[in-house]
Amino acid sequence: MAEFSAATKQSDEVSIIYLKGFLDAHTAPQLEAEFTNLIEKNKYYIVVNFKDLIYISSAGLGVFMAYIEKVRENNGDIKLVEMSEKVFNIFDLLGFPLLYEIYKSQDEAINKYNETKKIN
Amino acid sequence: MRQSINTMKPRKLIKYNMMEARKLNVKSKTENLSEIRDFVSNAAKDFGFNQSAIENIILAVDEACTNIIKHAYKYNAEGEIVITIHFKDSKFSIEIKDYGNTFEPDSVPAPDLKKYYEQHRVGGLGMYLMKTLMDEVQYDSVPGKYNKVRLSKKLMHN
Repeated sequence: MAEFSAATKQSDEVSIIYLKGFLDAHTAPQLEAEFTNLIEKNKYYIVVNFKDLIYISSAGLGVFMAYIEKVRENNGDIKLVEMSEKVFNIFDLLGFPLLYEIYKSQDEAINKYNETKKIN
Repeated sequence: MRQSINTMKPRKLIKYNMMEARKLNVKSKTENLSEIRDFVSNAAKDFGFNQSAIENIILAVDEACTNIIKHAYKYNAEGEIVITIHFKDSKFSIEIKDYGNTFEPDSVPAPDLKKYYEQHRVGGLGMYLMKTLMDEVQYDSVPGKYNKVRLSKKLMHN
């Protein structure tokens, strides 16, 4: 069975979901559970760290689409960071960079949230 | 033991034209996707594809099987998925057969991000990926009997 884990850590107001392993139709519900949990707690500043994600299929991409509008309606966002070239290529092929902010480093994404908060 | 298997590999690569078809039968459960990916990955590697091509082939097959589990069998875990890999000349073909509901590949719309955003879900991404990542995708269904999808890719020699 494919190995996958999604674990959330807080960095002040920003929630960071760390993905590891293989995200496919079998493991996507685990990631959905992380998003559901954050939204229930009204945590809408979300960063997803892809550093240890080896594989993603469209079932995994669908999870990001399921929650993005709800999160943005609450003035939050889902920012994607530290993707491997391989994983980025799949996002890119489907046009996801038009819809999501994708950053090379986690700090960049966190700083972006901090800047937005100052403005607000 | 492991070493002796490895030393046999180069001979296999040279003789890929004569490689026999390989077959995998699995039940229609998402937990079997990783076994399917491993099976396809090993065959593509033995055929001589590079890592990047192998990754594309794996993803295309994963998408095809995910569609079968979701749409042909509607998550009934007792369905059969039969995967047969053929090697001919420089062509690597994966035939995936199921006995579930027939779907009309032409009825699947092209991916539309704006619509996904509004509907909070994606549909048709898998099929788009299959067509993008492989050279050919052919569907052949006999409603009430079986559905077959054949994905193929040519091996490009450097």
